Amino acid sequence: MALSVEVEKRLGSFSLQVQFQAETEVLALLGASGCGKSMTLKCIAGIERPDRGRIVLDGRVLFDSEKRIVLPPQKRRVGYLFQQYALFPNMTAEQNIAAGAGSLEKSRRKQKVTELAAMLHLEDALKKRPHQLSGGQQQRVALARILASEPAVILLDEPFSALDSYLKYQLELELSDLLRSFGGTALWVSHDRGEVFRNCRRVCLLENGRSAPVREMAQLMADPGTVSAARLSGCKNFAPVLPGPESGTVEVPCWGLRLRCAAPWRQGVTAMGIRANTIRPAGEGENLVPCRVERVVEDVFTVIVLLRPEGSRPDAPLLRMELPKEQWQKQDALAVSLPPEQILLLEP
Amino acid sequence: MDWYPLYNSLRIAAISTALIFFLGILAAYYVAKTPRLVKGVLDVLFTLPLVLPPTVVGYLLLRLLGPKRIIGAWALEHFGLRLTMTWWSAIFATTVVIFPLMYRTARGAFESFDETLAQAARTLGRSNTWIFWRIRMPCCKQGILAGTVLAFARALGEYGATSMVAGYTPGRTATISTTVYQLWRTDNDALAFRWVLVNLAISAVVLLAVNMLERREKKGGKRPWR
Repeated sequence: MALSVEVEKRLGSFSLQVQFQAETEVLALLGASGCGKSMTLKCIAGIERPDRGRIVLDGRVLFDSEKRIVLPPQKRRVGYLFQQYALFPNMTAEQNIAAGAGSLEKSRRKQKVTELAAMLHLEDALKKRPHQLSGGQQQRVALARILASEPAVILLDEPFSALDSYLKYQLELELSDLLRSFGGTALWVSHDRGEVFRNCRRVCLLENGRSAPVREMAQLMADPGTVSAARLSGCKNFAPVLPGPESGTVEVPCWGLRLRCAAPWRQGVTAMGIRANTIRPAGEGENLVPCRVERVVEDVFTVIVLLRPEGSRPDAPLLRMELPKEQWQKQDALAVSLPPEQILLLEP
Repeated sequence: MDWYPLYNSLRIAAISTALIFFLGILAAYYVAKTPRLVKGVLDVLFTLPLVLPPTVVGYLLLRLLGPKRIIGAWALEHFGLRLTMTWWSAIFATTVVIFPLMYRTARGAFESFDETLAQAARTLGRSNTWIFWRIRMPCCKQGILAGTVLAFARALGEYGATSMVAGYTPGRTATISTTVYQLWRTDNDALAFRWVLVNLAISAVVLLAVNMLERREKKGGKRPWR
């Protein structure tokens, strides 16, 4: 069970070049909006036709530009959960689910709808029209409809973008369970690294229509490697760096700093990154940086403190520190430590 | 009062509306899918009868259907049929005149259709025919119905092209509109007025129907959960 994708498509000035392989797993496609995530899914589903490439699902060729194979969407067995779910407004939830089971004979179809409704807790919703359903129910109907069509792969396009955040948490758990019981390949498109981290072990990063090699999510968080990957993984502090005079050190000219760094220097590194929640106020220790407090923003449970390291150039970026509220006391200046093992060395 | 003109008007309007229902939807469906350049040309062609004076439409029809013209002569020779000056000649006239109304409302409805619904149906293995009858048409139902009623109303009132192609023969080709004109011309004011009242009543009912359809569309909301 595997999905191998290799597609190229030009759309005006935007070009998509994506390549990845998904095994029997929930693989994440992580990227900012407009990077080509949805377009990639549409190419796999057969809604859009790539200019070049090859898409193979469980040994079946869905698309091959060289052999001129283009399977219509109807024959691909690709389940697509649209961002807004695309439920048929003129049908009840029950009819929507049955619409997915078109290949089954009538009696079997009814049984299938009943099964899926029970599995997704939709018994009470069956007679309702989509606009009478809550966001979460709409999503479950859309999922039931997809499962009714017995897909070989499930594509989830930002599954929670249409939902209120208080609904998301519970639904995310349910969706995760559902995908596990589905047991096949699934692609989970998202721009939210937290969502991806909680639900997918491996991730394929997409940036400006280009894909990076598939990697482990944990590894992405620990060592993103490039600035864009670090940004997608949630890192918020970046600054240009030069190698320091001794090994294990780096120079950060814009902040006027020399920092110890646990990761060894490598060719091609141009920037450092450090996550806002790894920076802590400190009286002593390594990489102690005296700073002025420029601005304090209170979040719900945390405080975001924007710091200007003493000796910064005027155009230097501010350092962003996030810490739990109880650890913060109002002050105008303080020293923070940038833990050497938390400093990410990044290529452009 | 001889009710023949009412009967004739209604059957002409009903038949041409039935024809236009399919022709208009078909044209709208395919024009919505064609590339932009072809779309522009076809759109102009299909909308033209709406802006042309009905007499011009009548003239053009006579040039085609007259007994000595291309189609007219052919029909006369092969089937012995005269295409003009019969009650059903008016169907040609009304069909051409009301076609743009159906075509444009149907196209508007198709263009506002959410294409992701069709895409979703395709990934679920459904054929384009199924999508057309089970998703596209039901979702565009209100617009198409409104277009049909509007086309029917316009067909009932058609005068210019009808009078040229079908003429006015009492008891044969007379419609409400040609009858009113004829009665007025022959100073039969009282009877003309009665037909005017009949016409007003029908038109009012039809427009009421259109309004109710449109209100239902608004209240139902195309996709209120978005």
